[in-house]
Amino acid sequence: MTVTKTQAPVSVDEGKRAAGAEPVGSARSERLSALVQQHGALAVLVIVSLVATFSFDSFATGDNVSNMATSSAFLAIVALGMTFVIITGGIDLSVGSLFALGGVLAAWGSRHGTLVALLLPLVVCGAVGVVNGLLVARSRLAPFIVTLAAMLGARGLMLAITDEGANTYLIGKGSFLAELGQGTTLGLGNPVWIMLALFVAGAVVLRRTRFGQHVYAVGGNEDAAALMGAPVARTKILVYTLSGVLAGLAGALNAAWLASGVTILGNGMELEAISAVVIGGTLLTGGLGYVSGSLVGVLLLKVIQNVINQIGSLDSSYQQVVSGAFLAVVVVAQTWLGRRRQLM
Amino acid sequence: MAEAALKTVPLDRARALQWLQRYGVYAGVALLLVVNIVITPHFLSAENFRTQAVQVAPVIIVALGMALVIGTEGVDLSVGAVMALAASVTALYLGYGLVPALLVVALFAAGAGLANGALVALVGVQPIVATLALMVGGRGLALVLLPQLKDLRNPQLASLGSGDVLGIPYLILIAAVLALLVAFTVRRTTFGRQLLAIGDSRPAAQLAGLPVRRVLIVVYVVSALLAAVAGVLATARLQASDPTSLGNLMELSAITAVVVGGTPLTGGRVNIAGTVAGAVLIQLLTATLIKHDLPPSWTQIAQAVVIVAAVYAARGRGKR
Repeated sequence: MTVTKTQAPVSVDEGKRAAGAEPVGSARSERLSALVQQHGALAVLVIVSLVATFSFDSFATGDNVSNMATSSAFLAIVALGMTFVIITGGIDLSVGSLFALGGVLAAWGSRHGTLVALLLPLVVCGAVGVVNGLLVARSRLAPFIVTLAAMLGARGLMLAITDEGANTYLIGKGSFLAELGQGTTLGLGNPVWIMLALFVAGAVVLRRTRFGQHVYAVGGNEDAAALMGAPVARTKILVYTLSGVLAGLAGALNAAWLASGVTILGNGMELEAISAVVIGGTLLTGGLGYVSGSLVGVLLLKVIQNVINQIGSLDSSYQQVVSGAFLAVVVVAQTWLGRRRQLM
Repeated sequence: MAEAALKTVPLDRARALQWLQRYGVYAGVALLLVVNIVITPHFLSAENFRTQAVQVAPVIIVALGMALVIGTEGVDLSVGAVMALAASVTALYLGYGLVPALLVVALFAAGAGLANGALVALVGVQPIVATLALMVGGRGLALVLLPQLKDLRNPQLASLGSGDVLGIPYLILIAAVLALLVAFTVRRTTFGRQLLAIGDSRPAAQLAGLPVRRVLIVVYVVSALLAAVAGVLATARLQASDPTSLGNLMELSAITAVVVGGTPLTGGRVNIAGTVAGAVLIQLLTATLIKHDLPPSWTQIAQAVVIVAAVYAARGRGKR
């Protein structure tokens, strides 16, 4: 499989150098590299936010911050599921399509009551996630190609529901669903609170439960995890299911926020989510990652987007260029830090 | 599952599977041709074949580069973005004439390939991630350079897109020549041998003293250059530069063509004839569905199923 086994071979003299390194210095530099890995994105986020606050009067206003928080919430929920998948050493490229599908299903289902509107996206997107997981875990197909196909299939399904994208279903005003998406509690939009609750739950699951430990074990070394008796296949199926459900939920909330199931959303969202997760310090090779880092990664992407919008003269396409460049820098740094740590 | 079945029916299953893996794509193309001749009206017209071939040519060109990359156990997700980049750069520099514009396009594409190759070969980043960065950034850059669709009025470019020699469009000729060139490179040159050796086992290739880094970088540069050729040709055919949608999902089409054609994702083997047939297979399948008025939604779902089925059928090969 392409995803799990690309590690540059260590040349002989690098190995010698590492063996001769001083123990004290290496411990310190290891701690430093771990610190950069875990909190580097947070530091950049703080710096960018401070610079933006002093440069633009309209940046640190209540309205702008609350808007940024709400628009980050949807991507953050998708990135949470992606974090689990990436820690197992996989990747889920279908989340953008599932996000759009979830939104359309929620809006379509809202005509049949709130319960249908909320459950339908979760069930359908979860089912796509189960299929992804089965193909990856049981049939041992490469995750990127399975989920790439799922991305195509889910978008096809979404188009089939909406008469080839010609039909946009609306969500009635005053319904519970609309309130869930548009209402505010204590000054922050409801989606933000839902997102925060999910992240707390996600962090607890990842750190404090057996399932969470299995996720790390599978990503760290699949064969070793299997030998130790960890349920490798079940863990993988669960993470892809979780990713599908969360993408569907994010789509449903987004549709509730917009009051309609917009069909053209979610294009390229998988790339944004992966960027956010990687920027947040989760290793794409699996086995190491932080839920909190993914949230920081999402916020960083959104703050940069906001700054680019504030500048005004810059086209919004610059956002993609900056994200891509940022992703490249982070990946190079990660590989470099990772290799140093391995040598010690 | 397959292993368990192999024990009970040892020879037949194994032989059938092997046959399917080696010739399945050609059988699929033949089957689709026969089915279409029977059920699709006006299928057997020269005009129809010409249309299908012109449509599939850019996919074939991109898939050739992808086959090389996959042969090294990598993958190049940035091909669609490079196509878009080629389209916008063509539009920007066409004012200086076609040849200078093409040179600048080649320069940009080589730069993109160099970036991918350096990340993979020198830094040691996984190919998926390295090319993902350019997939995100490349299309952004294309849109920054040219924010929206632009009509191109250049007689040379137009003739490149719609001209022909003896009734065969330039697009098809270019795709055919490139396919022969790449097939020759893989089979008959030292570079091709080194490429396959790296795909088989990178550490072994390194220990054997092969120029692993150089070969990898060249492979990614070639992939980007081929994607740029496809981008220019598609732009020439449209007579418009469309960085927003040109090459969207091209990485998926190209990977599908390569995998359906019998090149394992695990590297070490490249099947160029199969890759071309794979691209033709997908094109015929889509055309069949469209000609029978199935909506795009069902076409996409069918494509997804074919991809998974092809990868599933190909999976046994990787283990040998």
